[in-house]
Amino acid sequence: MVRPIATTRSASGVPTGRLAVWWVLASEIVIFGGLLGSYLLHRLGHPEWATYASHTNTWAGAFNTFVLLTSSLSAVLAHQAAEQGNGKKAANLLLATCGGALIFLIVKSFEWTAEIQHGYTITANGFWSFYYIAAGLHGLHVIAGAIIMLIVAADARKGKDLQRVELIGIYWHFVDLVWIFLFPLLYIAK
Amino acid sequence: MSTPSSHSHEHGHESGGHEAHDGAHHTNYVKIWAMLLVLLGVSLAGPELGIRTVTLLTAFGIAVVKAYMVAKYFMHLNIERRFVVQLLTVCLGLMMLFFLATAPDVMKHWGMNWRNESAKNANIPEATHHAEGGEHAAAGHEVVPAHEAAPAHQAAPAHEAAPAHGAGE
Repeated sequence: MVRPIATTRSASGVPTGRLAVWWVLASEIVIFGGLLGSYLLHRLGHPEWATYASHTNTWAGAFNTFVLLTSSLSAVLAHQAAEQGNGKKAANLLLATCGGALIFLIVKSFEWTAEIQHGYTITANGFWSFYYIAAGLHGLHVIAGAIIMLIVAADARKGKDLQRVELIGIYWHFVDLVWIFLFPLLYIAK
Repeated sequence: MSTPSSHSHEHGHESGGHEAHDGAHHTNYVKIWAMLLVLLGVSLAGPELGIRTVTLLTAFGIAVVKAYMVAKYFMHLNIERRFVVQLLTVCLGLMMLFFLATAPDVMKHWGMNWRNESAKNANIPEATHHAEGGEHAAAGHEVVPAHEAAPAHQAAPAHEAAPAHGAGE
């Protein structure tokens, strides 16, 4: 069977599939870096935003941080299982990671519902605009990661394309990493 | 079947990552995760002291430490080819450049030949009070108190002053 080029070629010393993921993440750094940099600039220029930030739910944010850190653990354990050739275990651990993504999104939806009901909508002021755009963009990455993980897990269960477990894991850790910075910016600094 | 191990073996010689990937197998991921949770606890406890410096250190200092640990141990950047780390570092550097280059315009509210009244007004306590439901109430429609006004040597002449809805905000 002919393998896709991303799984067989390595012109740079890094498998092409993994190199592609690093390129994606390099562009993601610019996307999230630009957004968070802009937020930081405006936040420093507007001390009154601290008042708005005091309405965010720190405990919900902390719980979601715990969920993402734990899902990162299951993702890296899935990678470890894939390296040992244990596709079934890798698939189960990826499904656990997807469970983390689901919990994260459920908590976020409750959080947003409460905030919107209190009148803190995306158009309320600059802080809430940044809050919804940054958390929303991150949430979209969580959804995309979970969908890809389900596909990779289905293949891994059959022992197919196990190298992809590492690739989706790297992406997922980046999603976790972005949240690590979003949490203090939006929830702690008040 | 292609496994991650096969990639490590195929390319490990070039990258010097063969031994390193073996080393990754010995990483105690649960221990790293537990350390990350302890750091999360510290970042939550820091603001409880009510000291601004401690809050900033525990919130953002610990975020940097956590990010470093995730990148190093979970993403295995410590055993990845050096050019990958350089690629990511360049992108981070560009972001820093973006921040530093735009900071003066966004964070300062007046300069040699310009004033940003709406941004300035948004910071005064009265405007903050009105802006509880939104910034619109403070957006350039309030008079800047004398003590809040730009220093005389920095104030732009009336005919050069920016309109109330200053650029950039």
